[in-house]
Amino acid sequence: MKALTLKMPVRYAINTVLLALLLLAGSALLSAGVFGRAQTSVIMQIGVYIILAVSLNVATGYLGQLPLGHAGFMAVGAYAGAILWKALPEGSLSAVAGIIFGGITAAVFGLIIGIPALRLKGDYLAIITLGFGEIIRIAIVNLSGITGGAPGLKKIPKYSNFTLVYICVILTCVIIHMFMKSRHGRAILSIRENEIAAESCGVNTTYYKVMAFTASAFFAGIAGTLYAGNQGIIAPSEFGFLKSIDILVMVVLGGMGSMIGSIVSAAVLTALPLFLQSSLKGFNDYRMIIYSLLLILVMIFKPSGLFGTYDFSLSFLIEKLGVKKSAKGEKQDGAKA
Amino acid sequence: MAQRHDPRLPILAERDLGKTPVIECKKLGIDFGGLTAVDDFNITVGQTEIAGLIGPNGAGKTTIFNLLTKVYLPTRGSMYLNGSDTRDMNTIAANRAGIARTFQNIRLFKELTVLENVLVGLHNKMSYKLPEAVLRLPSYWREERKTREKALDLLSIFDMQDLHGAKAGSLPYGSQRRLEIVRALATDPIILLLDEPAAGMNPSETGELMKNIIKIRDTFHIAVLLIEHDMHLVMNVCEVVGVLNYGRLIAKGSPKEIQDDPLVIEAYLGKKGET
Ligand SMILES: Nc1ncnc2c1ncn2[C@@H]1O[C@H](COP(=O)(O)OP(=O)(O)O)[C@@H](O)[C@H]1O
Ligand SMILES: [Mg+2]
Repeated sequence: MKALTLKMPVRYAINTVLLALLLLAGSALLSAGVFGRAQTSVIMQIGVYIILAVSLNVATGYLGQLPLGHAGFMAVGAYAGAILWKALPEGSLSAVAGIIFGGITAAVFGLIIGIPALRLKGDYLAIITLGFGEIIRIAIVNLSGITGGAPGLKKIPKYSNFTLVYICVILTCVIIHMFMKSRHGRAILSIRENEIAAESCGVNTTYYKVMAFTASAFFAGIAGTLYAGNQGIIAPSEFGFLKSIDILVMVVLGGMGSMIGSIVSAAVLTALPLFLQSSLKGFNDYRMIIYSLLLILVMIFKPSGLFGTYDFSLSFLIEKLGVKKSAKGEKQDGAKA
Repeated sequence: MAQRHDPRLPILAERDLGKTPVIECKKLGIDFGGLTAVDDFNITVGQTEIAGLIGPNGAGKTTIFNLLTKVYLPTRGSMYLNGSDTRDMNTIAANRAGIARTFQNIRLFKELTVLENVLVGLHNKMSYKLPEAVLRLPSYWREERKTREKALDLLSIFDMQDLHGAKAGSLPYGSQRRLEIVRALATDPIILLLDEPAAGMNPSETGELMKNIIKIRDTFHIAVLLIEHDMHLVMNVCEVVGVLNYGRLIAKGSPKEIQDDPLVIEAYLGKKGET
């Protein structure tokens, strides 16, 4: 039995409508005051971590590298965006400018690190990004004139509202999805699968490695800026190695190479500790132990992560439902890109 | 893609050795530490020629493929691709200049579908840029559709077009080998290197493969250089054969000449006969 396949424009239309409805529903609930202040902040954080996990997934799941400094790019984006926000007059245009600036600054750092690290074959990227994450933190502490130093950068305009975070999450996911379902995305996947074979097919492997890594850094930077706009105050200690590991755990648990996996596990692993923290005293002290155990369990029972490389779209649900209805009907083959 | 070969014409009519050779190696050699894996290797492969490289295990055949595709850089000697020096090329440039290959130990993109494997081969045949892809501009749709059709066309050489949605890693061994050939062909080469294409195939699959190697040469007007242990295949498909032993060419000639060469019988065929 063949599955019903919708034509691409129809899929896009369905997805757009569903996403717009979700946005409206979310905004309505928030403005109706259903969620308290703390809960609203958690929802915002979930959005930030979804962007972080989905962007790290580009470098780990799709490209097959192991960067250990994602929090470093988040920090670069957070500080760059926040500093620009503070310099610009208040307004929604400034909000957008700060986010883009945060992303681009992080991408520039990604490019600077990626070019030397990715030209070499082997796992140099892990070590170099590990060092980068630490260096960034120290640099932020020492550049206290601009960054506020160890105590942190204060009085950041709180631009990150539900609509803005939501739109950034959706744009990130959609852009990465479109990117991966193209010749560029296939080139990146082919490098993960077999680098020598990719080269033998004429794929410029260094170029695409750097492209994927830079894209990953770009979106991490955007997440960083949104994070700053949600907290109002950021300190370098928040962007340490453990933060990078937190994000990596989300990607690995969700399934490397699965966007929906990254989204779900980012949402769960962001919300759960925040709720448990208030009910279960001292949870945070054991968080890393619990994560480690979780990871070991996943590695034993489902090494590919909870979702494997399975990917998902909203219109897919409708296709699934359509299978039963049109079990006999001839399917329409849309251009599957 | 060029016009089809007229099946009534003899195979040898396709040979065109008057032109610049597709590949010419001059005193090519490589050492791994103290070990000389290949030495003083000289061959030319003509346009649309099917050439074979045989020799016992460890003779250095795969190493020669790795030299031709710039996976290894030679310690000595030079190599010309369609008349131009390949000194400054890397693997990627060598492919773009017209060398495509398969691997002895299959290197497919296992988690990708059959179609996607071929599409990676066609990567450089598409030209849309990243923004065009992300914004799904008409150029993206146009090129993707056209390339997809081309990929299915290529898969139909081996009658694999219906498998396009299957994961490459899930295919049976023989199909994986065939898919590797299709992926290599997708890069639009002037010479195709096949490293033991019949390994692991049963006699009927090998027979099919033999026909297809000739069909590929006749359809695409490209040269083929193949490494193979199956003597039946080598003797019936190759127009010229080189025999390698301990990294050196010990004989070169038509399959008939090779078969009767006492050196070859001693080094290779003789050995085989004993076991
Ligand atoms: N990367 C390498 N490093 C060291 N030795 C190698 C390498 N590649 C091949 N060799 C050696 O070169 C010789 C030829 O190997 P190979 O070309 O694979 O043989 P064949 O394909 O004819 O069976 C072998 O002795 C092998 O061990
Ligand atoms: Mg070999």
